Amino acid sequence: MSSFALCLAVSAALFTLGVVGVMVKRNAIVVFMCIELMLNAANLAFVTFSRQHGGMDGQIFVFFVMAIAAAEVAIGLAIIVTVFKNRASINVDDVTMLRR
Amino acid sequence: MLAPTALLFLPLLVGFLINGLFGAKLPRGLSATIGCLAMGASFVGALIAVPFVRAGDVADQVLWTWMSAGSFSVDVALKFDALSCVMALIVTGVSFLIHIYSAGYMSHENQRGFSRFYTYLNLFVFSMLILVMGNNFALMFVGWEGVGLCSYLLIGFWYERERKEGDTTYPSQAAKKAFVVNRIGDFGFLIAIFLMFTTFGTLQFDAVFTNAQAAVGGAALMWGKPVLWWIAALLFIGAMGKSAQIPLYVWLPDAMQGPTPVSALIHAATMVTAGVYMVARSNVLYTLSGVGVDIVAPIGIITAAFAATMALTSYDFKGVLAYSTVSQLGYMFVGVGLGAYGAGVAHLMTHAFFKGLLFLTAGSVLHAMHDVGDIRRMGGLSRKMPITFITFAIAGLAISGFPFLSGFFSKDAILLAAYQQSPTIFWVGAATAGLTAFYTFRLLAIAFLGEPRDQALHDAAHESPAVMTLPLIVLAVLSAGAGALLGMHEDGLFYRFVGDVLHAEHHGPATMTPMYISVAVGLVGMVAGLLMYKGKSADALNSANPVLALPRAKWYVDELYDAAIVRPLEMVSRTVLWRLVDKWIIDGIVNVCGAAVYAFAGVARNVQTGVVQTYAAVILVGAIALLFMKALL
Repeated sequence: MSSFALCLAVSAALFTLGVVGVMVKRNAIVVFMCIELMLNAANLAFVTFSRQHGGMDGQIFVFFVMAIAAAEVAIGLAIIVTVFKNRASINVDDVTMLRR
Repeated sequence: MLAPTALLFLPLLVGFLINGLFGAKLPRGLSATIGCLAMGASFVGALIAVPFVRAGDVADQVLWTWMSAGSFSVDVALKFDALSCVMALIVTGVSFLIHIYSAGYMSHENQRGFSRFYTYLNLFVFSMLILVMGNNFALMFVGWEGVGLCSYLLIGFWYERERKEGDTTYPSQAAKKAFVVNRIGDFGFLIAIFLMFTTFGTLQFDAVFTNAQAAVGGAALMWGKPVLWWIAALLFIGAMGKSAQIPLYVWLPDAMQGPTPVSALIHAATMVTAGVYMVARSNVLYTLSGVGVDIVAPIGIITAAFAATMALTSYDFKGVLAYSTVSQLGYMFVGVGLGAYGAGVAHLMTHAFFKGLLFLTAGSVLHAMHDVGDIRRMGGLSRKMPITFITFAIAGLAISGFPFLSGFFSKDAILLAAYQQSPTIFWVGAATAGLTAFYTFRLLAIAFLGEPRDQALHDAAHESPAVMTLPLIVLAVLSAGAGALLGMHEDGLFYRFVGDVLHAEHHGPATMTPMYISVAVGLVGMVAGLLMYKGKSADALNSANPVLALPRAKWYVDELYDAAIVRPLEMVSRTVLWRLVDKWIIDGIVNVCGAAVYAFAGVARNVQTGVVQTYAAVILVGAIALLFMKALL
């Protein structure tokens, strides 16, 4: 198996882990971490393709994704803190007020 | 020639705006001053324009294009020819006098009401000038509606008043009635305008008349009559409404609920003559189509006679004058219907003077009698109010056709036209002239002569102030002397002035016979009225002849309309339109729409669980589905 295929396989595995985590986990922080996992899986794929094709686009994209992920962490954690203050829980199943 | 026409309009607009916007805050005298000055300036404008028109300088100017869509185009354009000039002079002149008179008559109003009154009056005259000076039927219709609106506003001027004892109606109700009845007529007018456009492609007076003359030979038939016939007939329906002819006259007697200067100005001298003006203006259409002889003259003479019978029996001072107005308007339509357009317009002018005067004297009497209009409580007023009495007598003689007063000349011209063309119309017209004299002098004998029937009221009565009696005197002079402009058999200055616009027809040589007959009948009527009613006691007036019960009940026309039209319409509205169409069909459609959305949402909202992970799963499934689609396609 070439290193290219290997890297893509790791990326896909990470992404799948992230998806499954978002689906099944109840703890908001774990869900959140899984999202990060998906983002980084995408980053890995970017870098892999970038190296394979010899272009710089993918690597530049990775920096953007990291910057946005940082911003998302700030907001996401703030939301989780606020939810905990109001509900005394960070279980995502408890946060269903939007239905009504 | 722009300057005089601008001077006619602009002051009124300014006066209307000032009084309308700031009236309630103006000092009291200023409201009246502004209203009267604006009116006076407008009258001066009309006077200045006269020499221009006499010199043949007819203004016909497009101010701007009002609307334009495809081949349809209407200009805001003024035409100021001899006919418009005569109308503008009558309207502004009489209005000016009545504006001054109102300053005295309305003096009991508070400042709000006072300025509101002048606002409406100025707006009314402005609209009336648009009506008589527009150069196309669309602009005429704008003025036509404008005066209708002002009429509504002024009849309902005392809108908070309730029904007075013995009255059949009250101001807000009367205003509504006037508006609705006029709307029926306006509908005919509007259809005529549509028909005119589809037939001739234009609404401009001269173009329509030229096209009508060109098309008269090969005109298309519509339900067995030429289209032109229908246009003229439908226009006349508009005139029936505005000028209170059978069957749409019923609003005018009720309109007497308005302040008396309004009755004088709008419901006697100016607005109600708009229909006569319209027929005279469209004389080409009426002559070519034959509608004048077919419809206008018969309706006119029937109205004249019918209304006179009701004037004969009314106990209300203004009521007598109201029916008399309907009757005289009928006379005018006989004139214009028989092709004697000059005579019709001449009677319009003299009527504006003497009927305006009669109403103003009525106002003077009401002012003195604390708004009691029942003539059974009057009597002997000539001693208390000499100026009012004398001016009333002059106007009464003029309307009765007393020789050499104004009404004599104009009525004679109309009766001559009738004599030459239709003996029936002539004899009914002559009889009506007798009735006119009779009811006018009946009114004079009951109200002004004999002994007072209500001593307390009589003692409180007083002559009106100079601001009211001065207009009376001016109008009395005009009522007496305007005949000098007319001359016997249409040979006076007036007829030469309007001759170019009104294409008069002459049927045979002029003769004196109708004049002798009408004067004789008129004199008999006057003397009979005086002798029969002078000094009659209130009881004798009350114990009336059973023959007169029917006209006294106004021939039950209001009741007939109520039973035949108003009630069925109300019932259909209530049962079919409201309970069935509105409640079931229209509300039903709305409710079904709402229920359908609600039912669908009941199913669709199950998707919204509020659980974030469900949404994430849906997104995932969607993304995978998209990928597969991409791969398959």
